[in-house]
Amino acid sequence: MAWTRFGKKKDMPGGLWIKCESCGAMLFRKDFEQKNRVCGSCGYHFTLPARERIAITVDPGSFDELWQDLRAQDLLGFNDRVPYAEKLVQTKQKTGESDAMVCGTAKVKGVACAVGVMNFQFLGGSMGMVVGEKIALLCEHALKTRLPVVLFACSGGARMHEGAVSLMQMAKTCGALQRLNAAGVPTISVMTHPTTGGVTASFASVCDLLIAEPGALIGFAGPRVIATTIKKELPKGFQRSEFLLEKGQIDRIVPRAQLRDELGRMLAYATGADPVAAYKPQAVPATGESETPPAPEDDNPKKKPKAKKA
Amino acid sequence: MSESPAKSAMQDGLAFERPLNELQNRIDELRKLNVGSHLELTGEIEALEERLKKQTAEVYAQLSPWERVNVARHAERPLTSDYIQLMLDDFVELHGDRVFGDDRAIVTGLASMGGVRFLLVGHRKGKTVKDRLACNFGCAHPEGYRKAMQKMRMAEKWKLPIVTFINTPGAYPGIGAEERGQASAIARNILEMFDLKVPIISVVIGEGGSGGALGIGVGDRVGMLENSYYSVISPEGCAAILWKSGDKAPEAAEALKLTSKDLLRLGLVDKVIDEPAGGAHRDQKGAVERVKAQILGWLQELQALPTAELLEQRYRKFRGMGQPLPG
Ligand SMILES: [Zn+2]
Repeated sequence: MAWTRFGKKKDMPGGLWIKCESCGAMLFRKDFEQKNRVCGSCGYHFTLPARERIAITVDPGSFDELWQDLRAQDLLGFNDRVPYAEKLVQTKQKTGESDAMVCGTAKVKGVACAVGVMNFQFLGGSMGMVVGEKIALLCEHALKTRLPVVLFACSGGARMHEGAVSLMQMAKTCGALQRLNAAGVPTISVMTHPTTGGVTASFASVCDLLIAEPGALIGFAGPRVIATTIKKELPKGFQRSEFLLEKGQIDRIVPRAQLRDELGRMLAYATGADPVAAYKPQAVPATGESETPPAPEDDNPKKKPKAKKA
Repeated sequence: MSESPAKSAMQDGLAFERPLNELQNRIDELRKLNVGSHLELTGEIEALEERLKKQTAEVYAQLSPWERVNVARHAERPLTSDYIQLMLDDFVELHGDRVFGDDRAIVTGLASMGGVRFLLVGHRKGKTVKDRLACNFGCAHPEGYRKAMQKMRMAEKWKLPIVTFINTPGAYPGIGAEERGQASAIARNILEMFDLKVPIISVVIGEGGSGGALGIGVGDRVGMLENSYYSVISPEGCAAILWKSGDKAPEAAEALKLTSKDLLRLGLVDKVIDEPAGGAHRDQKGAVERVKAQILGWLQELQALPTAELLEQRYRKFRGMGQPLPG
């Protein structure tokens, strides 16, 4: 249920080359970042920091951040070698974020929506009171404005440092989503690598549409826990997006490069806009893996969107 | 395979019971001798009983969180099946999720108690070895959660309140469970429980193991037996991840703040239901009586509420859990 560590390091500061976690290919950093952290060799989708996700998903300049400054309280006085309160301060300094969730309103291919994006860089994207609160606030905002909600999950699960408080965020977020169901407000969940534990077992799995990026690890229990419990080797591709699609657990797999167009199209269906128009590829903020090689003339404002305060 | 750390820690976890059990055995011995004899042991027996009572109260007042976890897992602690047997006047078990199977790790059925009818949903751990295996030690599969929801929807239609008994180490981590959507079954239950238009009462009677517990735990009133625990992760799991050692489970139990008193202080449960002196395993009937009285009291309270108010309060309660700082 709780957050475990996935693929350590990979902070990859500096350095011209990056090794693909999946196929081991050496990737030229600039090229890799231009492909939005998708391996040009095997198509592996690396975890994307929340701000980069927003930059490649929403219409340029349309993102208005909400509740940016909310921060966690250390209600338990949790201390595993480093006190949680200290860990929060350190992580904020390191990441520039106050917790593992960035929320706001935006437009995707012209369709206005409420967007929440998890940030794996902040304590493994673990869900504690801030993540839960921001999702609930976003849903309540969407209920008032009737904006469709898009949630990007990227998390190892609940944040152990907040004990049962983090567990109850599963209830908080699901309760808020239930109200949107009752009111007929559309919700879309995009599960990205990795989405596990209490995040999968709450808001990420109960939206109207469940979309996944290719090859994402998505599950309830971590693969290591399962392997230890059943004392067997796990089948190949187990708990990956393709496996979930085959087992009927998700609606679609959408590669990162197409995600913005696809989201625009689905949001158009949800809101009464024209899906054909919304799906037409437009000038995309950044190119990604596609049949055609990335066009060099593509203007690439790969800058983090300037966060606006609510 | 000799002496797994979990096992040795587990044994340590109940070491405090030994002197109490020894004293109890001595009292039992003396009682046997006393029957029909002229030894006049009554005085000594009474003195020992008094001592046992005092010692039990002292020991139980000072249990560490890890020791309480072990009490919550005690082999003789009353299980859902004991509550069904000791508490209810009638019980009609209802099987199956109507889709895949009948998960024995969750029991559901129509229950009657003191003239009140309700749907009972509870984790089932099993008594015998065979039973325990069949119930996966109380670790439910997706079909268990879906069975629970299917019956809860039926209860809603029949206007029956719902009572859930939580007692699970966690939802089952396995291949089939993942294939059939363990996460989505739990999430769906949590979401739908906010929509059920009948009163819901949940009682943690032993282990409140993370999402597997919450999957039947969204109650208008949530109670915890004094020596039960409710946690986002098992102490062993937490220790393995954060302390890199399963041996540190006692430290993790301490850090996780998982006891009934902690949960009450954090505003995550509504009430701690006191157990008989020395824990529910010493007096099953006494424990069951207390739970029964609490459920009946709460049902009366909740049935007085209009449905809209009931659902609003349910949402507000969970909505308020874990309030971040403004900045
Ligand atoms: Zn690769």
